Amino acid sequence: MDAAAAGRALGRRLPAARVFGIRRPPLVLLGLGLAAGLAAALPALYLVVAVLDDAGAALDTVLTDRTLGLITRSLGLALAVTGAAVAIAVPLAWLTVRSDLPGRRAWATLLTLPLVIPSYIGAYLFVSALGPRGALAGLLGVERLPSIYGFGGAFLVLTLFTYPLVLIPLRGALQRMDPALEEAARVMGRSQREVFRSVVLPQLAPAIGAGSVLVALYALSDFGAVSIMRFNSFTRDIYIAYQSGFGRTEAAALGLVLVLVMLVLFALYARVRAARALHRVTPGAPRPAQPVALGGWRWPALAFCGSVAAIALVLPVGVLLYWATKQISSGLELSALATNSWHSLLAAAAAALAASLAAIVVALLSVRYPSAVTRIVERVGYAGYALPGIVVALALVFFTTRVALPLYQTLAVLVFALAIHYLPLAVSPIGASLLQVPPRLEEAARGLGRSPLAVLRTITTPLVASGVLGGAALVFLHALKELPATLLLAPIGFDTLATDVWHQTSFGFYEASAIPALLLLLIAAPPLYLLSAKGSVAS
Amino acid sequence: MLIRRRLASFAVLGVLLTGLAACGSSEDENTLTLYSGRIAPILGPAVKLYEDASGFDVKTRYGDSPALAATLTEEGTNSPADLFFAQDAGSLDAVEKKGLLLKLPADILAKVPKHYQSANGFWVGTTGRSRVIAYGPKVKRSELPDSPLELTDEKWKGRVGWAPTNASLQGYITALRLVEGEDVARKWLEGMVANDVQVYDSNIPVRDAIAKGEIDLGLINHYYVAEALAENPKYPVKVHFPPKDLGSLINTAGVGVLASSDNKEQALGFVREMLSGEAQRYFADSSKEYPLVSGVAPAKELTPIDEIPAPKIDLAKLGDLQGTLKLMRETGAL
Repeated sequence: MDAAAAGRALGRRLPAARVFGIRRPPLVLLGLGLAAGLAAALPALYLVVAVLDDAGAALDTVLTDRTLGLITRSLGLALAVTGAAVAIAVPLAWLTVRSDLPGRRAWATLLTLPLVIPSYIGAYLFVSALGPRGALAGLLGVERLPSIYGFGGAFLVLTLFTYPLVLIPLRGALQRMDPALEEAARVMGRSQREVFRSVVLPQLAPAIGAGSVLVALYALSDFGAVSIMRFNSFTRDIYIAYQSGFGRTEAAALGLVLVLVMLVLFALYARVRAARALHRVTPGAPRPAQPVALGGWRWPALAFCGSVAAIALVLPVGVLLYWATKQISSGLELSALATNSWHSLLAAAAAALAASLAAIVVALLSVRYPSAVTRIVERVGYAGYALPGIVVALALVFFTTRVALPLYQTLAVLVFALAIHYLPLAVSPIGASLLQVPPRLEEAARGLGRSPLAVLRTITTPLVASGVLGGAALVFLHALKELPATLLLAPIGFDTLATDVWHQTSFGFYEASAIPALLLLLIAAPPLYLLSAKGSVAS
Repeated sequence: MLIRRRLASFAVLGVLLTGLAACGSSEDENTLTLYSGRIAPILGPAVKLYEDASGFDVKTRYGDSPALAATLTEEGTNSPADLFFAQDAGSLDAVEKKGLLLKLPADILAKVPKHYQSANGFWVGTTGRSRVIAYGPKVKRSELPDSPLELTDEKWKGRVGWAPTNASLQGYITALRLVEGEDVARKWLEGMVANDVQVYDSNIPVRDAIAKGEIDLGLINHYYVAEALAENPKYPVKVHFPPKDLGSLINTAGVGVLASSDNKEQALGFVREMLSGEAQRYFADSSKEYPLVSGVAPAKELTPIDEIPAPKIDLAKLGDLQGTLKLMRETGAL
């Protein structure tokens, strides 16, 4: 029975059912969800306020061929990057979770690390290494390599630094997947490949979809890589409008266009995820799957993992290490590096915690109690991620100075900003993992007299723990390298590794940025390792 | 029971965040808050000069000038900032236009030539930088163009780099529109795009691309090369001051006091310090910019400012950035 039919059957409760859905969420949950939704909506609200300042000028800005052209270019880039990211992440996820690939845990950690390299540093590293007159040209002894700039460069850099956004949720989904279905299909005589296509892949669709949305939004809102790779994108236009110093309305209008694009993308994703039961319907718990023996395929598999790691991690890290050795010989300020590392860790961990708490609520509402209200709450949450960091930062400047002045430029506001900016990163893996948890378990606990919140805490949360951890890790990794909001909202003197990198690069001292950039990777590695060790925690 | 526990954890989180909040907000009578679009290695020592002379502490928030200008605009009169030190006149102008700056007293304005300050006296330039054509070893001196307008020549096809998102280039185009007219500016931009001008993110990558041989010429500011030469005397990039068509226009970094400041007198004292002989000398030596206060000579390796064929343009009139951006977009330069 679909929602509408159920609503009709309920007759008297129809109007309420339309708004709140058939299963009414507990009030506390709904209240928390609305609060999270409102918080996440602040950047978009700010844009509306700014546009209303001068709606005429805003329309003039937006309704041009130029806007259309830029959106097309940006969407083209986002789609290409997403496709490539999925193509890289699916085999990596399967190999590191379900095969007997040697060193699976280490591979999983290494192959997730590229996410931590700030895209502007990554892009700069690629230009230094592969640019027309870069290091590779020197090694090959040629005068000039074909240009890396433009679509190709932006595509390469964004793909290599965003595919972990698909890899992380995908590994989580694979770990939670019930192997019984595959075994059944195998017993019925399907080949391993057929099983993967017809049984495994459909079950992974929500995780792939969730990761893809994140990659697409990242590519749409990225500024660092596109500006260094000299690719004229929509986000670059928003930055240019801000750079003019007068372009507030213009920038806001363009930002709202980005929000609209995001809503369309999200509607597509919602279709992938729509109403699928991905959990066991029979009693019992899934067992951990038996690793598939790769046999002779081990070598090509290792070669694949190795080449992705070589391009996405070893190459950039190699250049960083080379620069770092030059820096070390000219002396280091260890205490400043230690303080900055601590600041990065503190802000990112607090943001990850806050975002995860909010995300559990939002994901639960949207998966378990689908309705107009919960849909809006979830979608609004993505606005913060679809928008460039500068917009999120200025939105918080705008609202905090008007509503909560004493908190302005304190760590609390920075953490808040980071949490709402990256909320969808936490919501999406939790949402994907919730789809694999049978609601029957929750219903049973409710039937046995547990309160909704107790069910959330004792049944649902442990079952989606790998999703929660995955989400928290994603937020943490992004918050570590976040720049625009940190520059504008952190307490004065609260330097982080990312602002340190910025200080150096803004003056052209790219080599001096190597050590803080390497420290970012070092800080990110342990949580990623723990995450990859979690294995089949959900079972 | 469980609800209570959950609420308790939220309460703990709240307390934690409030605690974090408390760490950041210590207001002090003897403290000035400065928003700086200039980077710490350059501005820090100048700030120290003021701190030592006045006994005041200066808390500096570093960022991009335009982003800080946008921040000041959003903060309005609630801004914690007392001072805004910007990398370019355009950002200061934007904040002035919002009515957020304090009119500076005559003694400050008198120190700096009129065309290096706000037309209405709301900010002053502290140092100047000249637009130049930087060139690499493959270009002979005799080949160098007299004007940026000549770079549309077939000869330079694909060999020139610029940074169209950079405020200094935009300032140059605004000046070109003002002095030579809209049509000349439009034709030049179209010609540059047609001549396959190479687009970079900012001035430094343009300079480095010349050094690497990716391109042969670049439209940048003089001091980027001066700095590189100070680090490495063999740096393979030189500067050329084109004598015609505003080619060596001088733009400034400058400072203004926020009208909402609680410490206006001290903030003005900071501005005076930046225009003192000592600070001007420091800027001239460290960042190789031109000091704007009379009696302070530029770094000795630089062409003296009077010998630069710079047009005397009223910088305050460079405010029509929006018109420039529109033109740049229409011609495909942005």
